[in-house]
Amino acid sequence: MGRYVIRRLLQMIPVFFGATLLIFLMVNVMGDPIAGLCGDRACDPATAAQLKKEFGLDKPVWQQYLIYMGNVFTGDFGTAFNGQPVTELMASAFPVTIRLTIVAIFFEIVIGISLGVLTGLKRGRPVDTGVLLLTLVVLSIPTFVTGLLVQLLLGVKWGWIKPAVSPEAPFNELIVPGLVLASVSLAYVTRLTRTSIAENKRADYVRTAVAKGLPRRRVVTRHLLRNSLIPVVTFIGADVGALMGGAIVTERIFNIHGVGYQLYQGIVRQNTQTVVGFVTVLVLVFLLANLLVDLLYAVLDPRIRYA
Amino acid sequence: MRGATHAKWAALATAVALAATACGGGGDSGGGGAGGTVSSSWGDPQNPLEPANTNEVQGGKVLSMIFRGLKQYDPKTGAANNMLAEKIETTDSTNFTITLKDGWTFSNGEKVTAKSFVDAWNYGAHLKNNQKNAYFFGYIEGYSQVHPDKGEPTAATMSGLKVVDDKTFTVKLSQKFSTFPDTLGYAAFAPLPQAFYDDHAGWLSKPVGNGPYTVDSYAKGSQMVLKKWDAYPGADKAQNGGITLKVYTDNNTAYTDLTAGNLDLVDDVPASQLKNVSADLGDRYINTPAGIIQTLSFPFYDPAWNKPGQEKLRTGLSMAIDREQITETIFQKTRTPAQDWTSPVLGADGGFKDICGSSCVYNPTEAKKLVAEGGGIPGGTMKISYNADTGSHKEWVDAVCNSINRALGNNKACVGNPIGTFADYRNQVTQSKLDGPFRAGWQMDYPLIQNFLQPLYYTGASSNDGKYTNPEFDKLVNQANAETDTTKAVGLFQQAETVLKNDMGAIPLWYQNGSAGYSDRVENVMLNPFSVPVYDQIKVK
Repeated sequence: MGRYVIRRLLQMIPVFFGATLLIFLMVNVMGDPIAGLCGDRACDPATAAQLKKEFGLDKPVWQQYLIYMGNVFTGDFGTAFNGQPVTELMASAFPVTIRLTIVAIFFEIVIGISLGVLTGLKRGRPVDTGVLLLTLVVLSIPTFVTGLLVQLLLGVKWGWIKPAVSPEAPFNELIVPGLVLASVSLAYVTRLTRTSIAENKRADYVRTAVAKGLPRRRVVTRHLLRNSLIPVVTFIGADVGALMGGAIVTERIFNIHGVGYQLYQGIVRQNTQTVVGFVTVLVLVFLLANLLVDLLYAVLDPRIRYA
Repeated sequence: MRGATHAKWAALATAVALAATACGGGGDSGGGGAGGTVSSSWGDPQNPLEPANTNEVQGGKVLSMIFRGLKQYDPKTGAANNMLAEKIETTDSTNFTITLKDGWTFSNGEKVTAKSFVDAWNYGAHLKNNQKNAYFFGYIEGYSQVHPDKGEPTAATMSGLKVVDDKTFTVKLSQKFSTFPDTLGYAAFAPLPQAFYDDHAGWLSKPVGNGPYTVDSYAKGSQMVLKKWDAYPGADKAQNGGITLKVYTDNNTAYTDLTAGNLDLVDDVPASQLKNVSADLGDRYINTPAGIIQTLSFPFYDPAWNKPGQEKLRTGLSMAIDREQITETIFQKTRTPAQDWTSPVLGADGGFKDICGSSCVYNPTEAKKLVAEGGGIPGGTMKISYNADTGSHKEWVDAVCNSINRALGNNKACVGNPIGTFADYRNQVTQSKLDGPFRAGWQMDYPLIQNFLQPLYYTGASSNDGKYTNPEFDKLVNQANAETDTTKAVGLFQQAETVLKNDMGAIPLWYQNGSAGYSDRVENVMLNPFSVPVYDQIKVK
């Protein structure tokens, strides 16, 4: 097990360098960011040159990358164009997005798995058909439509929530945005769990457990669910990274000053330091989440542990 | 074990339910009357907040609240009135003597003296300080020593600035510029306290100025709380207790928050909401002209677009654009069809006049004729370039192209050419890489006709992106700048504008209005000619 973890951690190194290099190149392909800083008029050349020097944009890209990576290892992610260190932006953005992700994952697990188990056990019954239809509807509506609709109904028409989340973004204000963010994944989790449960319901070990006279609840949670969760856990694990990076739409709609918002600003202003910094951290989150998923396999299914 | 699991789920469910009910809180708590505070939408300023480094409207809002300069532009007429200046005197339009009024201080107690101005201007002009508005000081003698085009600065201060005593300083310009005093209301010319130089980082995190408001707290990227400064010595004291500027990720969300009653003021109604705005807000919607004009520039640097006789082609294209219809259907009348190259906020005295005449009126038959006489569109198809990331330019560029194609009876005459980001777009513009017309917008720095013409169309000027050049135009601008009589100067600028019209150096499209909406908690809301709300005049009911 220990060796397995170490091997996985080592694998992260090339992925980390490859991903950051790609992002670095992609942002640089978009051209000179200083041109956008002066608005609809040209920067005067002397100031532009001075700014380029300050942000290290006057060097060739490969040198910029090396300097950047060197700085990253000392914890210096550079400076955004508005004069704030990127680490400061991260310190304000990541906690907010992590809270939002926790809310979203919580809904995925609680609602998604419960509905999945329910429909999986009652396959073909009206409740199953109903939930399947519902998930189909959720899957086919883009997040921004759900988000704007929910915001309009709950926020403006009925006044249940505030349409915009405050800068501190406490948990209670993130419930609705979290649900919106989770909606699509939630539908997937429901369907995945349903299929898996329905499949395993006919498995020998379930029949044995029932024959032993175990209570139904214990059969379902201990035997059936535990074995059916492996694909679901894989999905949710990968989703942690996807939710954190992909919250741009939800964060924009609900005025959440999180990672998505900072990334959007960085891209629009073509701020290499912000974009690369945030993406670097997101890559790490993604890798760690995947590692965690693989470790969870071992917990769920002891056979994998010894593989 | 099983019982415990039950309890856990029950606890979680209760927690969720509790949290869910807790989030339906009420509206803002600020009290009414003169002490009430106003909440307003805000965008994250792009640059650090320094007077000479702020070139966009979001940072400009804050500066308009915490700074007062030598002059102040009247929010209604745009006229430059003395604020801190007692008098500004000149006999030759080159040497100016500026005398300050008594009794002005910064909110930290420091006195505003002649030195506060001279030091601030020298700071703003100096190359090593990276100030994006440095070129504002370009008329002052000695600018090229502190801000050379290439290489290191050879002086620390500009030789044209001299402190005479605490209340007086002199300015020497490197060229005649009769309307120079009227430019001094711009934020870049604001005075700075000693604290700015002593603790620069500290000042940036909580700016100190001499305006009617002081910064109470500033959480970068999320909100700034401004309080009324009770000891403010000026006549335009704040009529409310303070302003809270809230950063919104999207102006649609700000608008939604306004309609839900959580926000008092939105100064940028999103295009998609313009249809609903009358129904939502009624007469709490403001739509007034601002000093902003949008034009189509031509790539005069490209030989294909710089042939003799092509002024007919350009005039023909101008006449092929149905401005009335586009401003009405796409912009819901938040734009006004252009009749010249300036802006209505200047007023007739300031130089606003229907100079373009029939050349800016939709006339498909004449348009088709002129385009043909002008040699047709180079290459048969022209691409109008614009940035696709902000400003919803796609809709109107497509509409302009449709209008041109319809007028010319040729579906391939014009297409839009979207460019991904604003930075990339500006990049291609400044490097003269575009081979067709491109969108251009100009927001005035100060309400002067000079500001609409010289930076944009004078040979080699800083924002002359299309590289338009005409010696006759340059000559008239120089004459106008040398003219001490304002009326005569304006007349000369209008003559220069006529030269521009005959060349059709750029197609004027429309003037942009400022659009804002406010809640029923506040009143007396207006936008100044820069389309920034006049915050200090807002009253809380």
